[in-house]
Amino acid sequence: MADETVNQGIPEPEGAAGIIETDYEIGQDNIETSIGPIKLDIHNPVFGVSAVMVILFVALALIAPEWSRETFLAIRDYVKSQFDWFFLLSANLFVIFALLLVVTPWGSVRLGGSEAEPDYSYPAWFAMLFAAGMGIGLMFFGVLEPVYYFGTPWGDQPLGGSLGIVDGVVADPAQVAEARRMAMAATIFHWGLHPWAIYAIVALALALFSYNKGLPLTLRSAFYPLLGERVWGFWGNVIDTLAAFATLFGLATSLGFGATQVASGLTDVFGAGNSEEGTRNFMGFLWGNTDASNDSSLLLVLIIAFITAIALISVIRGLDGGVKVLSEINMGLAGLLLFFVFFIGPTAVILSDFFGGIKAYAQEIVPLSNPFGREDTGFLHGWTTFYWAWWISWSPFVGMFIARVSRGRTVREFVVCVLLIPSLVCIFWMATFGGTAISQVINGGNESGVFQNVIEAYKPEISLFAMLGELPLASITSVLAVVLVIIFFVTSSDSGSLVIDTITAGGKVDAPVSQRIFWCIFEGGVAAVLLLGAAGTAGLDSLQAMVISTGLFFTAVLLVMCFAIFRGLMTERQEMK
Amino acid sequence: MFKKIMVPVDLAHVGSLDRALACAADLAAQHGAEIVYVGVTAPTPGAIAHSPSEFAAKLAEFAAGQASQHGVTTTSHMVQSHDPAVDIDKSLLKAVADTGADLVVMHSHKPGLSDYIFEGHGPYLAQHAKASVLLVRD
Repeated sequence: MADETVNQGIPEPEGAAGIIETDYEIGQDNIETSIGPIKLDIHNPVFGVSAVMVILFVALALIAPEWSRETFLAIRDYVKSQFDWFFLLSANLFVIFALLLVVTPWGSVRLGGSEAEPDYSYPAWFAMLFAAGMGIGLMFFGVLEPVYYFGTPWGDQPLGGSLGIVDGVVADPAQVAEARRMAMAATIFHWGLHPWAIYAIVALALALFSYNKGLPLTLRSAFYPLLGERVWGFWGNVIDTLAAFATLFGLATSLGFGATQVASGLTDVFGAGNSEEGTRNFMGFLWGNTDASNDSSLLLVLIIAFITAIALISVIRGLDGGVKVLSEINMGLAGLLLFFVFFIGPTAVILSDFFGGIKAYAQEIVPLSNPFGREDTGFLHGWTTFYWAWWISWSPFVGMFIARVSRGRTVREFVVCVLLIPSLVCIFWMATFGGTAISQVINGGNESGVFQNVIEAYKPEISLFAMLGELPLASITSVLAVVLVIIFFVTSSDSGSLVIDTITAGGKVDAPVSQRIFWCIFEGGVAAVLLLGAAGTAGLDSLQAMVISTGLFFTAVLLVMCFAIFRGLMTERQEMK
Repeated sequence: MFKKIMVPVDLAHVGSLDRALACAADLAAQHGAEIVYVGVTAPTPGAIAHSPSEFAAKLAEFAAGQASQHGVTTTSHMVQSHDPAVDIDKSLLKAVADTGADLVVMHSHKPGLSDYIFEGHGPYLAQHAKASVLLVRD
């Protein structure tokens, strides 16, 4: 039978590639069975252990909300403050390593063998990696972060020593200019090369070991150079299980928080009633009141259900029919909003923030990324380390997804398109949204909506709508923004379900569709259950803190991946000669 | 009557295809037709092969094995799909057109509850393909 031909010799991928000879057959540890009409093809024990761990942690957060919140926040703060140097040092290393790949001869290695052809066109590829990577973060932080740095003395000292707003009044022009410059530099620092280098390392390691070395598309494969055949055993299971676990909780908690942003947006645009009197509502669901204790968590659950339902349709339609289409729609709408704000907002100022921002970024990147002897610990622990841990805990998901769609690209092309171009787009986005918002604060002072919702009161989920509210056609752009936030969550949710399914199926991408449906619903279910629990968003807080703490573990994973990429590319180069 | 018979095969579950394979071989011998075995794969390494080119080689090997076992002329045709779990129906439909087959012989399970939710691959082809379709039940 043809089954027996599986082990007879391994022809190369398309063209030269340094395939790894191993007796491991993809799917050999899988359990193939069916429960009633539902077929399953799952990795034992990764699928079971990840699912049970998720349920246990959700139960813990519901049964002992106070205890788990305090414990997980304490762990997160410990990780952020004690290992700040480790995060910063590693992230710097990732950037340098990725940039080196562009200029060295290794850059010419092609993912999938020397004659492989790209699976996706540039626009489709780019849309997918952006939508999965950070789309939703741009919507949330685009206005918030630059304005926050500009106008508040957060942490233990204002960044760079200059504050744009002093005692609720706009400072003198020289101080404003300096505060603006530093606000752009610091924001770009968090959204530029470092996060994309983190994603690029994971994606490149997985793509290389899968497409060129013939190992399954799952996290453990990048550990082959270090662990050898042991990677198929206990340690490989640990790595994959933690990756599935971090991905699921990362998605579920941000889905929960995202629902609050959608609810705020909907209430902002379509709401009625008075927030002071506690009657502010969206279609009868109380939301956005000064006293939030009566705000409706049912509204949040309905939003989560809606997002999950669309994600489900997308997941069932698959990679090309669902995720790719949604990512492209997403990019189109995001581009529309971006260019609207760019042309209707203060265009010249935005351009100067863009080019000035790049210049300030270049000037400040060394002090901002310095791991040792820092005095600005408020900024360092509150923002930079938080972001680094967050990007890194998110990287198994985004990296796997990028790897899935990157076959056929050369390493050089890959790094340029995953590192440099997205960084530039993020800088432009931040200059457009942040620059417009800062100008509104400078011109409007405490009359401006952005001032009231970011500097005077801290309402992050309102910040984007406050900025759009001061531009023309606010009722249209705010609706567009709500739609965008929803679609970005849908694309995270569906691509996340594909990734978790692949990890928990031992690297098989053709496991039965019912499994992705399971993960997609599970993810929405976790978010909803946490919100409905007595702790409300506190439950989300504690589990998000736990996810961020896993960033420490995955930083070590990423360091090993750099080593793996180095070893892997060496053998590829030898094959090509 | 038939010149080219297309037989979709799942190389991971060849054991369950025996009846369909035998049926296709009988028909091919009777009509003097050629059989083309069609396999669908993702670009990622899978249970069968580490790369699409290896998959194509395995499929060709399978076709050769069938030729010597049943004494009929066989070829093979690989279809690459980004997401086979979802795209398999469309991939097979495209293969019917690409191979120019005038008959599709494929294995099909007995209809059950899940067929009310997910349409089977066989019924899909029967409904959409220009060629004749013969579904062989287990």
